[in-house]
Amino acid sequence: MTKNLRVKSSEYIDETNRISFKFNGKTYHGFKGDTLASALLANDVHLVGRSFKYHRPRGIMTSGSEEPNAIVQVNPGTNRTEPNVRATEVEIYEGLEASSQNCWPSVEFDIGGINNFLSPFFPAGFYYKTFMWPASFWEKYEFFIRHSAGLGKSPTANDPDIYDHRNIHCDVLVVGAGISGILAAKNAAKNNFKTLLVDEKNELGGSTIYENNEFNKIDNKAPSEWLKKEIEELKNVKNLEIKTRTSVAAYHQYNYLLARENLTDHLETKDKTNKIRQRLLKIRAKKVILATGALERPLIFNNNDRPGIMLSSAVKKYSEFYGVACGNKNIFFTNNDSAYESAMSLYNKGINVEAIIDIRERSESKIVKKVKEAGIKVYWSHTIVDTTGYKRLNSVSIMKLSNDGTSVTGSKISISCDCLGVAGGWTPAVHLYTQSGSKLKFDEEKKAFLPNQNTSEQISVGSCGGDFKIDEIIKNLNQKLKDNLNIKETDLENINVEIDKENSKRNIWLLPSDKPLGKTKPFVDYQNDATAKDIKLALREGFRSIEHVKRYTTTGMGTDQGKLGNMHALGIIADTAGVKMGELGTTTFRPPYTPLTFGTIVGRNVGKFFDIFRRTPMNDWHVENKAEFENVGQWKRAWYYPINEETIHQAVQRESKAARESAGILDASTLGKIDIQGSDASEFLNRVYTNAWSKLAIGKCRYGLMLNEDGMVYDDGVTTRLGENHYIMTTTTGGAANVLGKLEDYLQTEWPELDVYLTSVTDHYATASLCGPNSKKILKKIIPDLDLSDENFPHMSFKESKIGNIQCRIMRISFTGEHSYEINVQASYGKDLWEKCIDAGKEFNITPYGTETMHLLRAEKGFIIVGQDTDGTMTPIDLQMDWIVSKKKYDFIGKRSLYRSDTMRRDRKQLVGLLTDDPNIVLEEGAQIVSELNQSPLEMLGHVTSSYFSPNLKKSIALAVVRGGKDMMGKKLFVPMENKNINVTVAKPVFYDEKNERLNA
Amino acid sequence: MFLINCPYCGERDQQEFKAGGEAHIERPKQPTELSDDEWAEYLFMRKNIKGVQFERWNHAHGCRKWFNMVRDTSNDEIKAIYKMGEKPPAQ
Repeated sequence: MTKNLRVKSSEYIDETNRISFKFNGKTYHGFKGDTLASALLANDVHLVGRSFKYHRPRGIMTSGSEEPNAIVQVNPGTNRTEPNVRATEVEIYEGLEASSQNCWPSVEFDIGGINNFLSPFFPAGFYYKTFMWPASFWEKYEFFIRHSAGLGKSPTANDPDIYDHRNIHCDVLVVGAGISGILAAKNAAKNNFKTLLVDEKNELGGSTIYENNEFNKIDNKAPSEWLKKEIEELKNVKNLEIKTRTSVAAYHQYNYLLARENLTDHLETKDKTNKIRQRLLKIRAKKVILATGALERPLIFNNNDRPGIMLSSAVKKYSEFYGVACGNKNIFFTNNDSAYESAMSLYNKGINVEAIIDIRERSESKIVKKVKEAGIKVYWSHTIVDTTGYKRLNSVSIMKLSNDGTSVTGSKISISCDCLGVAGGWTPAVHLYTQSGSKLKFDEEKKAFLPNQNTSEQISVGSCGGDFKIDEIIKNLNQKLKDNLNIKETDLENINVEIDKENSKRNIWLLPSDKPLGKTKPFVDYQNDATAKDIKLALREGFRSIEHVKRYTTTGMGTDQGKLGNMHALGIIADTAGVKMGELGTTTFRPPYTPLTFGTIVGRNVGKFFDIFRRTPMNDWHVENKAEFENVGQWKRAWYYPINEETIHQAVQRESKAARESAGILDASTLGKIDIQGSDASEFLNRVYTNAWSKLAIGKCRYGLMLNEDGMVYDDGVTTRLGENHYIMTTTTGGAANVLGKLEDYLQTEWPELDVYLTSVTDHYATASLCGPNSKKILKKIIPDLDLSDENFPHMSFKESKIGNIQCRIMRISFTGEHSYEINVQASYGKDLWEKCIDAGKEFNITPYGTETMHLLRAEKGFIIVGQDTDGTMTPIDLQMDWIVSKKKYDFIGKRSLYRSDTMRRDRKQLVGLLTDDPNIVLEEGAQIVSELNQSPLEMLGHVTSSYFSPNLKKSIALAVVRGGKDMMGKKLFVPMENKNINVTVAKPVFYDEKNERLNA
Repeated sequence: MFLINCPYCGERDQQEFKAGGEAHIERPKQPTELSDDEWAEYLFMRKNIKGVQFERWNHAHGCRKWFNMVRDTSNDEIKAIYKMGEKPPAQ
């Protein structure tokens, strides 16, 4: 049985367009223009959710993005489902489905509701206090806590929607299209400022558009009528872009703002496809005008959270804007005049208003008189002490307030009702303002934190700036626009405003009840179930900082970030601790203002666009030949080439043997390549590498080790002298960009006098590394004219040549210990070069090998890989590479650090070889090494950095870093594993061809 | 997100830049002459002031040039930007 509480046709609701939707499985009807909240209220549905901790029934409280209670799961069970959506912001469409959250089995009957009756056992900090001991039990506690925690359900399938990012640059950004935002945007645009006006709602006008106080007039018109005309005029204003359904989420420094533009959420499912759902706007504005308005505060009294208890302004908006009565027997509870406007709104539409309860002694404004004339009973100096009704409010009890407002007197009166509109005053929405880094100041008279010190070009106008009445708004807006935009005139000069002044104020942050505080439930944060007594408990337990009280009680930590109750929390703390609110300050407002979806944040950067990846020119060949790939930095490198179901181990063993016995070929195109030119190039290399470069002859290559200034190994690679003032440096694949950056840093900042130019040419060359005893024969077939004799082309030298018409650079260098050549050609010929090598090598069983085999072959030779055998704490001395550190050079990067007392310690971790006593056991990389097994705890000496089964040596080999390892040659150590201890012997870190005879084989 | 006025390219978004730590720490000309403590002073010690700080920045995703910046770390106001080798502005 659903009732229809639609009271009058509203111009914002299209009653010819009936829409059906489902809530908790039941079908309801609303109209085009309704939000989920207004449509539910029209069907007399108030109970929409359960609270987080006590699972108390909760209803719709507000009509906007500040909603703490009515958060729902939209389209549950589909891949478009979204949790924690505010029902007050969802525009209904045909086929919309939504359900309540945080309740099981249903919102009507929720097992978790038992928490409400156990609430005396769940004070603030309950989890901190209870689940601390014993520490080892945490895992067990966590299992249960996790199951009952969390709001809503994440989608489990991929998001089918498209999201987008857009950069916008404008002169003036106006946030909020209420009366002040509209007037500000219009005047900015008319003065030739490129202006962008955004509002989170789908209609412009803010709250003035349904303003109904007959005593307020602008140029003798009702403010709503006057504003409609202004909005109409915006269409003809040039330089103005307007974006509705656009919510500013973050306001960063330097006027950089992020906004979410919602494009399809209000459309039927069939119309959503192939459209951008939401767009993240990255806005850079020269000036920002914040016109974000104010949020109405509730009042904090016993049981102030029942379904049917709403903000007075929301009751008014539902009646005026959506044409919906929120109840049949309405009561208002207030400390200011705005509830009287809401009451008159209902009265004028024939909706029953039972009474107004006002904590003030009196008010003389015209609207109050009007309410009295209408015969509505007003209880002055009264407060609500309790409410009843579990799933819907059915009565309130009121008592007279004492003069000081801290207690109640007299007898209790009970009034039956089904809706209570609460008006506790207005809080300026300064969230974005403070996000920008600007500072607030507390205004004692207005009981509000107001903008004070701006850090960027911005102003706050209208009620977010502390101007609540239309006359103040227009007058101050006029002046602020002139000052801030530096304009001479606006069209706001001669506007005639009449206003119904409010003159009586009374503010009590926590209203008393006839029961002691401990027996009441005055909720401050509705979503997180934090009550006034939790806050007082936190203070009693010694918390003083507002930030600590927030975290201890969880006040303001829900998805609504306490937009309604934060001021009360501050007020209660200030009253209890006896300090001024201004001294207390506020908690930090952090972005986003309202939650953003992950889709909006990542935009198009999903799937293969998530991160950049780089492929070599030979990539297609590797794919065609079934290579497995691994990621090295951003590169996709061939890892190994399995044949007929081979495992990685089998493939790598085969590839490694082939490379040593006949010929192998590796795609080395990913190595970083830096072209170095200039008359000081040799001197520059002298300063950046540990070894000497001045005497390197043209056409020769040399291996270099680069340190950080702290003496630790940073990168390595072979550099070739191409000419008198011309070198080409190679770096590790992953280190290329950083090495170039570091070299540029030194060149530009420390040695600007050096004549050196660096250019990254990594992507310009493709490199095939041909290795093995038959590599010379293969190269001879490809370039018959080139003299490959050891005399003409020895190891560590370079030749410029041609393969057909293609220019190539060939270095005879080796990372495997075998006779080998690195052939470089212009990148576009890379695949061609590769195929020529493969063709020429067929008769020698040339075997393509990947990075895994490369790692194995170099480990057999004891060649390090920077980043695998080093970790930023290894000096060349630690690596037993003393030979590469020049003693003669006066200075190079990191030299002085090699003589620090710490880097000279003999017991540093040093690189050694490890051989397992059982040659078939392969150690795990990363395994720890110890010398004693009967210790507790075991003293870790180091760890295994590289480990393989060598098919050429037919045994397991490993490199490791071991404390004092240099002095341990031949010593027996242990590698303790989960089920066994492996016996190992320390060896030299060279296992194969120690005399380098194969280089010239 | 700052808006940084690269002295070579003009105003660009902070995303294009990389911070490079404290400015005006010159690499010693004769490191071998320094004691361990003196070298450590150059190598490790950096200021971390709440207030006006002199910093190095690099237009890493732009012209790749290094330059200096004077920034108030308490509110991220950029007070001055000047090229490498130029004298810092008087405070």
